[in-house]
Amino acid sequence: MIDWILLFSNAAQEIISPTTAAYALAALGLAIHFGFTGLLNFGQAGFMMLGAYGFAIATLTFDWPVWAAILTGVVASIVFALILGIPTLRLRADYLAIVTIAAAEIVRLLFTTNTFEPVTGSANGLQGYKGGFEALNPLLLFFGENDLIGFGPWVYNPYDWWVRIFGWSLVALAAFITWRLFKSPWGRVIKGIREDEDAVRALGKNVYFYKMQSLVIGGVFGALAGMIFILPRAVVPSNYQTSLTFFIYAILLLGGAATVFGPIIGSVIFWVLLSFFSGFIARAVEVGWLPFLSNVQAGQLRFILVGVAIMLIVIYRPQGIFGNRKELAFVK
Amino acid sequence: MSSSAGAQGAPIKSTGLHIGEPAPGVKKVDPIIVADNITRTFGGLTAVQVEHLEIPRGAITALIGPNGAGKTTLFNLLTGFDKPDTGEWTFDGQGISGIPAFKVARKGQVRTFQLTKALGLLTVLDNMKLGAKGQSGESLARALFPWFWRKEEQAIEERAIELLTRFKLDAKKDDYAASLSGGQRKLLEMARALMSEPSLVMLDEPMAGVNPALTQSLLDHILDLKTQGMTVLFVEHDMHMVRHIADWVVVMAEGRVVAEGDPHEVMANPAVIDAYLGSHHDEDLGNLDTGVMTAIKELADDDADERKE
Repeated sequence: MIDWILLFSNAAQEIISPTTAAYALAALGLAIHFGFTGLLNFGQAGFMMLGAYGFAIATLTFDWPVWAAILTGVVASIVFALILGIPTLRLRADYLAIVTIAAAEIVRLLFTTNTFEPVTGSANGLQGYKGGFEALNPLLLFFGENDLIGFGPWVYNPYDWWVRIFGWSLVALAAFITWRLFKSPWGRVIKGIREDEDAVRALGKNVYFYKMQSLVIGGVFGALAGMIFILPRAVVPSNYQTSLTFFIYAILLLGGAATVFGPIIGSVIFWVLLSFFSGFIARAVEVGWLPFLSNVQAGQLRFILVGVAIMLIVIYRPQGIFGNRKELAFVK
Repeated sequence: MSSSAGAQGAPIKSTGLHIGEPAPGVKKVDPIIVADNITRTFGGLTAVQVEHLEIPRGAITALIGPNGAGKTTLFNLLTGFDKPDTGEWTFDGQGISGIPAFKVARKGQVRTFQLTKALGLLTVLDNMKLGAKGQSGESLARALFPWFWRKEEQAIEERAIELLTRFKLDAKKDDYAASLSGGQRKLLEMARALMSEPSLVMLDEPMAGVNPALTQSLLDHILDLKTQGMTVLFVEHDMHMVRHIADWVVVMAEGRVVAEGDPHEVMANPAVIDAYLGSHHDEDLGNLDTGVMTAIKELADDDADERKE
């Protein structure tokens, strides 16, 4: 028999999981790129990877404190944004798409190659960089290291809570900054660029510079997302394949591309559903409800469902959950 | 004749703009743009080849010519949207050749586009506010702190609403620009350009695709710009409009300036007729495109009418 309680509680855990927070933050960065500025960035996984590796390498190889490690990841993503942006932002939007998707793959392969194995850990990745972050945990002032805190499905030890608190605080801060920015004249220029670059240029705005700023901010959000992503797990290069970027796009479209809360709620919905479906299918195969599927096939089925879900959203609700329907009424 | 600015009869034309006989490249009393030796080639095609051109200040200058004459290319070059192969030009005495479009705009030379570029998914009011120059809230660092720019924003909003009222778009201010009609978008684009308080307004085919009912109001707005001390340079195919509002006409053909002068004289210039009809136009009328013939005939009638008045 299927244990429905377990399925639902596993799904509920995803609501506040650090992975959800990481995807939400990465999607928020992508919302700035794609939703607000119209930059087709298909390399968000690359930004996340640089954040993750920047943090881990600064900690492990250079033995830097947490703040310096975070800064390293952020600086790496800024440099990456500049390298991508300087040649391509003067060109049409599609060039950025091609360059970002390629650059993200280059970054992933650089971290996977054996040449830099002592620093990057090659395909095995890195671990053991969490000490500094763990030591900052304020919850340890009140609880023992192995105490379980929480209620219902959300019962974790202090480290897991600390990761969640840190991750979601970062998401909240980023959402606030984004909201403020897009209520300001700066945001107006950015949205104008999305509509028509030349018109904005003709009004005396340095479009290239604005696009660069947008690319950097969204990229930094991606890098921070990469750091949240590795706090509950190890850094493994195979986590940063192109499919990661596409999941983030799925989240963005689900929530609404040109919104602040869309990417966050989108990430929650995405992960809750994904967890529920994969749990459900695995159990259903176990109890023999789906005799035509093997266990391995069942594991892949959830990604097919993600694909179908994206198609349905784009066809029936192209503005996403939070998007403004009016905004799309005029899109040709 | 059609009615003109307000109800006081024909618009007042500025005269005495040039020094000496009107000819291609003639010197102006007070030029706002002085261009020398501008060429732009696309592969083997020379799109623009202008030896000398001066645009008079405080007047309405029309840039006309048959399709493919290089009018829009010259426009793009002057506004920094395209880079010339050779050539230098000054705006208000400052050399601006080769500087990017946004810097040209900041110097007070603002343009509109042949295909209207209203920013569809911004509200009409946001479109307008975007036009204002030198906003401190447009810097990333200050954007986060509204108290730096709130006052400025209010002032900009007031000015925007004032302009929108003048252009009769104030009722639409909270609608998306995409919901406006083609003509209203032209109006919005012009109003938005005015938000930057320009000294030279460059309009690329302001009448294209505008219905006759709106034409008059657009014409009045353009005449208004002159009254307010701005210089206007526009590209147009509608000869009635050119004749009606232009103080000075520059005719281009095959990339060159072939004639200059006041609208009545220039229409009679053989070089202009050649440019539009080909130099063999008086030899065989049988093969002429009837559309062109009607246009020319209309022009001639029009001219006669106006002279009678």
